[in-house]
Amino acid sequence: MSEHDHHEESAIGKIYDRRLLARLATYLRPYRPQVALAVVLLIFHSAVHVIVPLFYKIAIDYYIQPTPDADGKLTWLTQYLAADPSTGLQQLALVFGLLLVVGFVAAYGQAYTMLMTGQRVMYDLRMQIFSHLQRLQVAFFDRNPVGRLVTRVTNDVDALNEMFTVGVVAVFGDILVLVGIVTALLLIDWQLGLLMLAVLPLIGAVSIFFRNYVRDCFRRTRVALARINSFLNEHLSGMSVVQLFNRERRAAEQFEEINRANLRAWRDAIFGHALFYPAVEVLSVLAIAVIVAYGGSQVLGGTAQLGTLVAFLFWSRRMFQPIQDLSEKYTVLQSAMASAERIFKLLDEPVSITSSPQPRSLPTEAGRVEFRNVWFAYNDEDWVLRDVSFVIDPGGMTAIVGHTGAGKTTLTNLLLRFYDIQKGQILLDGVDIRELDLTELRRQFGIVLQDPFLFSGTIASNIRLGTDGIGEEAVLGALETVNLSDFVQSLPDGLGHEVRERGATLSVGQKQLLSFARALAHDPRFLILDEATSSVDTHTEHLIRSALERLIEHRTSIVIAHRLSTVQRADRILVFHKGKLREQGTHQELLAQRGIYYKLYQLQYRDQEVSVVADDD
Amino acid sequence: MDQHQATSPSTPLREQLRPLFPYLRRYRRGILIGMACLVTGNVIWMTFPLVLGRAIDSLTSGTTTAQLLLFAAALVIIALIKGVFLYLQRWILISISRDIEFDLRNDLFQRLEMQSARFYSTWRVGDLMSRSTNDMNAVRMMVGPAAMYTANSLAVFPLAIAAMLYLDWGLTLMLLLPVPLVSLVVKRFGRLIHERFERIQAKMSDLTARIQENIAGVRLLRAFTQEKAELRSFGRLNQEYIEANRRLIRIQGMFFPAIETLVTVSFLAVLWLGGLAVLGQPVLGRPISLGDFVAFMQYMFLLTWPMIALGWVVNIFERGTASLKRLNQLLAAQPDVVDRPAPDAPTEIRGEIEFRHLNFSYNGVPVLRDINLHIPIGTTLAIVGPTGSGKSTLIQLIGRLYDAPEGTVLVDGRPTEQHRLATLRRSIGYVPQETFLFSETLRENIALGTPQATDQEVEEAAEIADLAGDIEGFPRKYATRVGERGITLSGGQKQRTAIARAVLRNPRILVLDDALSSVDTHTEEKILRRLTTVMRERTSIIISHRVSTVRHADQIVVLQDGSIVERGTHEELLARGGYYYDLYQKQLLEEELERT
Repeated sequence: MSEHDHHEESAIGKIYDRRLLARLATYLRPYRPQVALAVVLLIFHSAVHVIVPLFYKIAIDYYIQPTPDADGKLTWLTQYLAADPSTGLQQLALVFGLLLVVGFVAAYGQAYTMLMTGQRVMYDLRMQIFSHLQRLQVAFFDRNPVGRLVTRVTNDVDALNEMFTVGVVAVFGDILVLVGIVTALLLIDWQLGLLMLAVLPLIGAVSIFFRNYVRDCFRRTRVALARINSFLNEHLSGMSVVQLFNRERRAAEQFEEINRANLRAWRDAIFGHALFYPAVEVLSVLAIAVIVAYGGSQVLGGTAQLGTLVAFLFWSRRMFQPIQDLSEKYTVLQSAMASAERIFKLLDEPVSITSSPQPRSLPTEAGRVEFRNVWFAYNDEDWVLRDVSFVIDPGGMTAIVGHTGAGKTTLTNLLLRFYDIQKGQILLDGVDIRELDLTELRRQFGIVLQDPFLFSGTIASNIRLGTDGIGEEAVLGALETVNLSDFVQSLPDGLGHEVRERGATLSVGQKQLLSFARALAHDPRFLILDEATSSVDTHTEHLIRSALERLIEHRTSIVIAHRLSTVQRADRILVFHKGKLREQGTHQELLAQRGIYYKLYQLQYRDQEVSVVADDD
Repeated sequence: MDQHQATSPSTPLREQLRPLFPYLRRYRRGILIGMACLVTGNVIWMTFPLVLGRAIDSLTSGTTTAQLLLFAAALVIIALIKGVFLYLQRWILISISRDIEFDLRNDLFQRLEMQSARFYSTWRVGDLMSRSTNDMNAVRMMVGPAAMYTANSLAVFPLAIAAMLYLDWGLTLMLLLPVPLVSLVVKRFGRLIHERFERIQAKMSDLTARIQENIAGVRLLRAFTQEKAELRSFGRLNQEYIEANRRLIRIQGMFFPAIETLVTVSFLAVLWLGGLAVLGQPVLGRPISLGDFVAFMQYMFLLTWPMIALGWVVNIFERGTASLKRLNQLLAAQPDVVDRPAPDAPTEIRGEIEFRHLNFSYNGVPVLRDINLHIPIGTTLAIVGPTGSGKSTLIQLIGRLYDAPEGTVLVDGRPTEQHRLATLRRSIGYVPQETFLFSETLRENIALGTPQATDQEVEEAAEIADLAGDIEGFPRKYATRVGERGITLSGGQKQRTAIARAVLRNPRILVLDDALSSVDTHTEEKILRRLTTVMRERTSIIISHRVSTVRHADQIVVLQDGSIVERGTHEELLARGGYYYDLYQKQLLEEELERT
């Protein structure tokens, strides 16, 4: 949480970032044709908006209040219209209607194209993030809670989508309309046009002032919200402490204080918003007043037409309205930028464990694992393994035992290169595993984790995972081997039986057996098994043991053992203690040594003896 | 708003909004003033098209520049006055929505503070957080902008239409013809959007679940080299998600252009029919002046935004009511531990504890069975037993983190539920299994239950917990912040902070719930020795897995599956050769192993 919050706060303040925007723009590159089409449609749509007031001018100047066309700027259009007022109006209405249809089609086409392009960009972005997550080293996932990463792919990407679809396009359209109107104003009557445009700098100044003011408020609201969140998170998690120490009132007061900071920041922001709207409106009315006063006297003097004046009134309305909406778009842009920053931070997370650029191919030998003076720590110098050396010869089963925290599970993590070691070498058939292709390396191993992990899907999909090469035969065979085929056949949908999230409908034992079957179906050269510690009933225990027997047949296997029966069955036992390999040998040899193994045996396995013996009878 | 009712016909909007009534009532005056500003502003604004129309008319009937200036000035003045009211309206109404959010959030937090441990074991913190931020925000949007725009639309429609009717009823009626069409479009689109939006949400949860599983199962998937296969399957879901979006976009992309076009059709109608009316050939109604014609157009402008806003408002109300429901589930949740002390409840507690035929179930699963235990004042009780045997639950019942059946847990001979909750809890110094420190300074963390403690008292408590030395080593001493934005303490330091915190309360009852597990045996011994001095005359309960911690207790009980299976002193239990004896033997072995 802490890292996140820090980030949250440091990101505050940078609302608009050119670098970020440029990087976002690169995602639009594959969709140039669509973007171009959207722009063209947008131009059409904007043009309709710009042209409409012209119809009022024509209607008034030619039919309703006919005045001699002084400059003949519109003869290109009026020459086609009837001279009779009511027919002329009808014709105008018809053209207007046609224009509306064009406008509608353009607007819809534009919205559809842009929204869909936005979706495609989001698709690409999601794929990119997801694919990056597939390459990031396991250590990254230790540091980042699942929820946070899920948010990156879902909520943050959606926030960006808002910007693509609502923000950018709308602003671009508004700018187009603005440019179009200014052009029209200047073409029709440049003097009146310039006078009217005189308020634009004022509006610009108000907008800039507003932006700076609100930016500061937004920064404060974000800090306040981050504090509200972390306060809530802490106090809800530690509510029993709050209650037992009679802290309810004080905590409520503290919360109110933080809450109030949020309220104050928002009130200030609201003040800005509330002032901005009317300010722009008054300025736009100022433009209308100029049209009425100056334009009106021009009309009186006969130098301007009444229609021009009316058209100007409408153009002024159309011009200032988008400016008023700016504040809303600004908010969208802001939250999108924050999301973009978080997404890019994730995408920039370096992948530290990769295949060697020129991977060596694995000799087709039987498979020999060697740890040579391996030192490893998850953090800094907090050594989990110290100078560990051992060899596992092809065939047979090696059991790894040790007290909790002896570094047993770490061995699996290192063999599969979930983490890289700091000193020493790990060799597979004489080749340093760092010189191998990562996929090829991992394909050598089949693993069964201590906590059997099932995905939502079917029984079959949980055994196959995504490996297409595994046919139905192989799946059934694997289930048969681990004693699960009777159970699966008893299910209504058999192999297609739906496994709910984390296998909620299956028993612990069944889950373990399923994960055995999964490893078996992938037919690995090495099998790594981290035995589950959870206790199961005697019948299941028996099933698991016989499945294990068959699992390790004809295969080099490494078992992190928790069951006495497994340890006793092993060809060789490696005893780890405090990060070091202290003893090795068979069960009998090690017991005879009366060393660490002997004590561990007393401590961890002796209790199991009774039940195991009883079971063997 | 009928849109809303169309989609959730079961409960009327009024019922759904009921939880908000007390809050709205609190700001009644502000809301009334804000609404008055809204109506006044709009009434004034309605004169604008009329004045503009007269100005145009004056041009056709001949006027002077001076008079034109007067018209211009009138327009600016109208805009200024309206601007003031618009400002007040927004400032007052939107601020109130933030005030209500503030109140709601405070109330929610206080309500959450009343909930028992039972509540917190059923609700996930993430869910609670999401409700108090996201849902809160959706509710605020409804109470603030959405309500304001609704009121605005409701004010503008009749006013503008009345003004237009006044100008020319015939033209107005013809203009209003498409209005039913607009509401039909809004309604139809609304339902379609709602349906398709739900589909998108469903696809989104599929996508979310997929990512969630992928990340949770990262080791397994890497081990089985499933990266490419995962990418493929994610790609499929991602594709389905945008397909669902495409279905929505197909209609949503049409929504605003459709409304915009319908609105512009009215402009077209004014141009054509109004033009005819100006020419003296009205289709319906009477001939109008050019100024009226312009005024009509302006009124149409005024109506445009409220019309579009309605579509938007419907959406916000949809989300707001759904969120309010989720929020109200928390606000209305009745706390199961309530403070209902007997009138003669004492203000001081001496510290004698008794469990009398205590049976306690949790979600239907029995956790404690027929516990009978008496802990006289000044004695120490130690509890050992395997994980999940009910040890922590047993001691949490004393401070009423959960409620036990009435009369089964007694303090000073009186059932706990008859004590004042605050008195009861004040007399307990509790060191929980999982240390919980707040992101505050060390001093604040130690003085959590006793903010009035002097520096000297804090330091003494730290001394007893063997923490004082560590703190002296920190650059800012007791003012050092811990947690999120401060230093990270080791597990042992955290536990010792929690012990200092409990000791500082000078409690009648000290409870250590496996509170020395991260402290080495040497330090543990030191702390226990100092505690013994402090706790003379007081009652202590210690839960531990270590025999060394519990061996000196006056009374040791072994809890297994919720029942007391062994009880006695260290020597007595060793002699029995049961669980306690085994534990002792194993620890001897472990110590030996530790030394090798």
